Amino acid sequence: MLRAYVPIFLFILVAIGFAVVTLLISRLVHAEKPNAVKLEPYECGIEPETDARDRYSVRYYLVAMLFVIFDVETIFMFPWAVILDRLALFGLIEMALFLFILVVGYFYAWKKGALEWA
Amino acid sequence: MLDAIAFYTLAALILAFAIAVITARNPVHSVVFLVINFLAVAIVYIVLGAEFLAMIQVLVYAGGIVVLYLFVVMLVNLKRGPEAHQDPRRQTGAGVGLAVAVLAELTAILAYTGRNPLPAVVPAASARGPGGNTEQLGWLLYTTYLIPFEVASMLLLVAMIGAIVLARKVD
Repeated sequence: MLRAYVPIFLFILVAIGFAVVTLLISRLVHAEKPNAVKLEPYECGIEPETDARDRYSVRYYLVAMLFVIFDVETIFMFPWAVILDRLALFGLIEMALFLFILVVGYFYAWKKGALEWA
Repeated sequence: MLDAIAFYTLAALILAFAIAVITARNPVHSVVFLVINFLAVAIVYIVLGAEFLAMIQVLVYAGGIVVLYLFVVMLVNLKRGPEAHQDPRRQTGAGVGLAVAVLAELTAILAYTGRNPLPAVVPAASARGPGGNTEQLGWLLYTTYLIPFEVASMLLLVAMIGAIVLARKVD
């Protein structure tokens, strides 16, 4: 069964090898003439204004947290969907209960304005 | 035999990257090491024949949770040195006590399972179809472990409300 993963393993090896070889070759052949502009981080051609290690708004964290929670909720539906034909109505009811509890949280987030950016 | 080689190689990788996570000076490097750690754990799941768990490990842990960690790194002011984060209220004694308690617990579990090995819940990898053990997992989760599954939704709800309460503006 693990034999099926040999192509994926090879793919990962080639991907890592490609990155390493590219870096190695460019290190071997490039000219060493650094200056301040060259060493700047490249930001799509725009001059960087501040250090990248700035503090961000906590809203990003909130959005990521809500994403992970609904992500986990969806994950639970995969094994459920695979055997739904055998679980029948019982399975439908238990998933409805599960989703109901999380929809309560969704409405809480909505009413508290956690989904709004302003 | 091949399984044993794969497992011990992966175990060594996991431990090495776990150590790298806690020793890296740059917190962003720590997070990147953590991603590699999670991916190695996913490969362990594949070797065990648990493809569904492996996919979840990649999607939720290496994908979602690590984004959360990165946001936490971005929320913290990193320009101050680590010394500035020293808290005078830190309870070193309590921390050491808890660590010793966890170590004792792990040793006890190890000693117990060494004497009475757990029965295999799912059949061997060779006895399953190409889809892995997703069906068996679902069947166990939605019949035998129905209550823990419903409690999990409460846990998610608590996490959601907790995050909103902590992150909202003080008014």
